[in-house]
Amino acid sequence: MSDHEYTPKSKFGKWFNDRLPLLTLANHLTDYPTPKNLNYWWTFGGILTFCLITQIVTGLVLAMHYIAHADMAFDSVEHIMRDVNYGWLIRYIHANGASMFFLAVYIHIFRSLFYGSYKAPREIIWIIGIIIYLLMMAAAFLGYVLPWGQMSFWGATVITNLFSAIPLVGEGIVTWLWGGYSVDNPTLTRFFTLHYLIPFLILGLVVLHIWALHVPGNNNPVGIDIKKPSKDTVPFHPYIVIKDGFALLMFMIVFAFFVFYTPNILGHADNYIEANPLVTPAHIVPEWYLLPFYAILRSVPDKLLGVVAMLSAILILAALPWLDTSKIRSAVFRPLYRQFYWILVADVLILGYVGAMPAEGLYLLVARVATAYYFLHFLVILPVLGWKEKTLPIPLSITEPILGGSPNLATAKNKESLNK
Amino acid sequence: MTEKKTNRRDFLFTATYAVGAVGVGATIWPMIDQMNPDASVKALASTEVDVSAVNPGKTITVLWRGKPIFIRRRTQDEIAEARSVKLEDLKHPEKDEDRAANPEWLVMLGVCTHLGCVPLDQKGEYNGWFCPCHGSHYDISGRIRKGPAPTNMEIPKYEFVNANTIKIG
Repeated sequence: MSDHEYTPKSKFGKWFNDRLPLLTLANHLTDYPTPKNLNYWWTFGGILTFCLITQIVTGLVLAMHYIAHADMAFDSVEHIMRDVNYGWLIRYIHANGASMFFLAVYIHIFRSLFYGSYKAPREIIWIIGIIIYLLMMAAAFLGYVLPWGQMSFWGATVITNLFSAIPLVGEGIVTWLWGGYSVDNPTLTRFFTLHYLIPFLILGLVVLHIWALHVPGNNNPVGIDIKKPSKDTVPFHPYIVIKDGFALLMFMIVFAFFVFYTPNILGHADNYIEANPLVTPAHIVPEWYLLPFYAILRSVPDKLLGVVAMLSAILILAALPWLDTSKIRSAVFRPLYRQFYWILVADVLILGYVGAMPAEGLYLLVARVATAYYFLHFLVILPVLGWKEKTLPIPLSITEPILGGSPNLATAKNKESLNK
Repeated sequence: MTEKKTNRRDFLFTATYAVGAVGVGATIWPMIDQMNPDASVKALASTEVDVSAVNPGKTITVLWRGKPIFIRRRTQDEIAEARSVKLEDLKHPEKDEDRAANPEWLVMLGVCTHLGCVPLDQKGEYNGWFCPCHGSHYDISGRIRKGPAPTNMEIPKYEFVNANTIKIG
């Protein structure tokens, strides 16, 4: 938070600001001191905000033409694609926008993992982020059901049936979710309602996420606490605004490539066949962004334990600030963690790949090994690494590596104790 | 330390909380229960099926409560195979006699007990059904033999109205 008091220049501005301090908020956001060494991995927060707004705006427009009824949903989506002016464009932006949203959020999450952004004092930011991620998955799943194609229908059947793994009350919960004895019209209408609601919940949580971020300020690639404002910081505007804006433009090129050149490559052809409760498609797979968790689900040969493993794989992230015992945030100064980090990245990519393949033979074996390693990373490697790892000396400030070390003995000692 | 005595005010607090909790519960329950199957869904509870055209070794699929029902007319070999399986080889031990009262006809919910996909007929390693979603194998009695499904495919409530008609539900 900027410490200085802000007074608007104009008389009206002052009058207004005394009654509702919006201008103070705007001033805080523009002056907000930001570490000056933020790299492009830090631009994905802004990109994600853009993704959320895009999904809300295109979704609002689609809802004007879509009909949430089991007999009409599929046709209304085709109507949007063929008849509605620019309907094809709006729907392709919305459908590919979901994938772009997840692409950006995965980069955002793995940036946090590399630079230790989840560590004290930023645990709450991290946990809010995990809740946003869970809601994103819910919104994506619910939205995927709405076109009422074969993948919509059977995806909805498989995912809602996950709840039937709960002992005793599972079947009752599934019937309650469906509003019937199978996925049908009542299911579709409630999924549409919830799909409409969740983005606004996410929007509210994004406000909390940014609010919580502005209390300690941004982490940075060096991962040290910095004085704010100081020679280590720059004001958010114009420095970060321009950098974020440039990154957003690059991101939009990728986005536009998918929308205009390969709008269906991330979807499944089966979803252009209307839902049929009598025939399950030969090979059901979720969207690419859920594949690693799907692989974990399938790698466990027991129904309840499979569901537990899949949920744990996501929820374990919320405990990360306490599982990672190292005091050093940035992987730049953690030579061993850096290697395990990249092994984890590879592990998740492998899980994603085998999640898209049939669950048999070698694929199943690979999925099991990769699942075991995923949990090993968080439950064993991270806690032990904090104790055992010999970290590199961290600089005292962002400018120190450039301008030379501090002659101050007290801070130098403090630095040594940090490295133990 | 003074001794804590229950007074009139404590009683009023407790009574207020209790009445408040009942009120909140009574308000929330309709909001939750409205999502359960409604009267029009429940009204579609039973279906009658004419099975006179089904030849031995064939399966027909009919829709009941939005779910597929497999009706298989089994051959003598299939019946013999289903009845010869030892119970200790089964993950969910059920005698074929209990699953198909009339051995020629197997009537069951065509829904995989893992995550609800529709298994494929005459596929898999046990000559019965195979679920393509997550690889569960069922035998010719619809019993789970291999894969992640926890139980056998369910047998719905049904009866023979006459020799050619089955009433499901």
